[in-house]
Amino acid sequence: MKSREMICIVCPVGCHLTVHEDTTAESGYRVEGNQCPRGAVYGVKEVTNPTRVVTSTVKIKNGLLPRLPVKTDGDIPKELIDECMKVINSVEVEAPIKVGDVIISNVLDTGVDIIASRSM
Amino acid sequence: MMLNYDIVVIGGGPAGLAAAIEAHKNGAENILVLERDRELGGILQQCIHNGFGLHVFKEELTGPEYAERFIQELKDMNIEYKLDTMVLDINEDKLITAINTTDGLIHIQAKAIVLAMGCRERTRGAIHIPGTRPAGVMTAGTAQRFVNMEGYMVGKKVVILGSGDIGLIMARRMTLEGAKVEAVVELMPYSGGLTRNIVQCLEDFNIPLLLSHTIINIEGRDRVEGVTIAKVDENRKPIPGTEKHFECDTVLLSVGLIPENELSKNVGIKINRITGGPDVNESMETSIEGIFACGNVVHVHDLVDWVTEESTRAGRNAARYVLGQLKSEDNIVEIKPGKGIRYIVPQTARLSNVEDKLLLYMRVDDIYENMKMVIKVDGKELRSIKKRHVAPGEMESVNILKKQLDEFEDIKEITVELVEEE
Repeated sequence: MKSREMICIVCPVGCHLTVHEDTTAESGYRVEGNQCPRGAVYGVKEVTNPTRVVTSTVKIKNGLLPRLPVKTDGDIPKELIDECMKVINSVEVEAPIKVGDVIISNVLDTGVDIIASRSM
Repeated sequence: MMLNYDIVVIGGGPAGLAAAIEAHKNGAENILVLERDRELGGILQQCIHNGFGLHVFKEELTGPEYAERFIQELKDMNIEYKLDTMVLDINEDKLITAINTTDGLIHIQAKAIVLAMGCRERTRGAIHIPGTRPAGVMTAGTAQRFVNMEGYMVGKKVVILGSGDIGLIMARRMTLEGAKVEAVVELMPYSGGLTRNIVQCLEDFNIPLLLSHTIINIEGRDRVEGVTIAKVDENRKPIPGTEKHFECDTVLLSVGLIPENELSKNVGIKINRITGGPDVNESMETSIEGIFACGNVVHVHDLVDWVTEESTRAGRNAARYVLGQLKSEDNIVEIKPGKGIRYIVPQTARLSNVEDKLLLYMRVDDIYENMKMVIKVDGKELRSIKKRHVAPGEMESVNILKKQLDEFEDIKEITVELVEEE
């Protein structure tokens, strides 16, 4: 990577950022196009370690509905999203479940749990 | 069967829940919530993605989590509710006719009513897409309910028309569940969705967003087999020679939301031509005294947090009305959108009922850079707010302090307009 363009999502302004490799900068990157300091932090994070919260559903037996919504209880690296979905889709739980219950602990050794996002 | 309640809330989604809870907190006792679905929570129950509650709870929740907090609070207050109950009619005397399979036909006499019916998605019929009529064409919200609540996958190869937030969210959701989303096609030169959704739902998954494009034909006999899209000119007319064909088995529509106001119209409530919802005053009261409205039934919001805020005002004022604390006033202040503003809610205000501030919600009519929002009272500038970037997809709010308004006498009109920053 020499430089990468992206839209900042920290706030609704949506600055068009360009992140350049820059060995003279402390982080190793220089961000252009940001109108505030938060944009610079976001830009560097997006090129070094982009993370996301994943939300999905798992099968549930004896519940009001056949699917229980779940989420990662924190960010996981973006490149693990596909693997994470496979783990989520391999699980089936049984009602009753309370919101916040751990459905899968330490998913893919990320230190992040998959938790129920509603009671059923 | 004839029932009597002080306040009846129609709709058990985020608006209805917040209104009922707040009415209870403000001293109303006999409250009933009527919900036509099998559970409370409304559309939040199918919005399993996160991003809800940043303003109300200062944390990012999923839709079901956000709903559950309010449902729990409602239950802790022992507020009554009826599920699977469809309201058929309300009249000027606040007599409600409803129906369900346990009670049969019921009549409920209320002292105040809060309308919180939310909105519906525009369908294929509403936008007249040419072509055959195969299975596989549905609104993004319908697909969302099938996938997230019922556990049915609705297709494998998808084209999405419209880049509203539900369309963007479903592009990601379908991709995560193994479908291929060929493209999101948007008629306008800009997306109607939040920027964060364009980044996290489309760019993360390399889904193309085709701006200034539309679907000009849907093909397939029993099931969708493909769509033809074309670029549109500045008048939104397809440009010949720009046609492109996509093979797909599913078309999802995210082409706008319409407030659900059949009940409001039947009882004769004044509906605003632009918002599609009732005109309301500072207390979220409609043109019929004692009938209040809040949430997406009034105007379509982009964040549930603002629905909650607006609905707490409706609930609090419904309680004040029942307790005889709401003042009627001869001087009605008109609140009017000026240049660059499409609409403002509320449309009128009786200043004696404004507590410490008057909160205005509004949408701009186009994308603008480096503007200021100028608030005027009877033509005199009260103050202005700098705006680096405004877009129709992001609702704006303006707070006017009561004590600032008290400096004026017999106010007739408050306006908000966009002016270029020098």
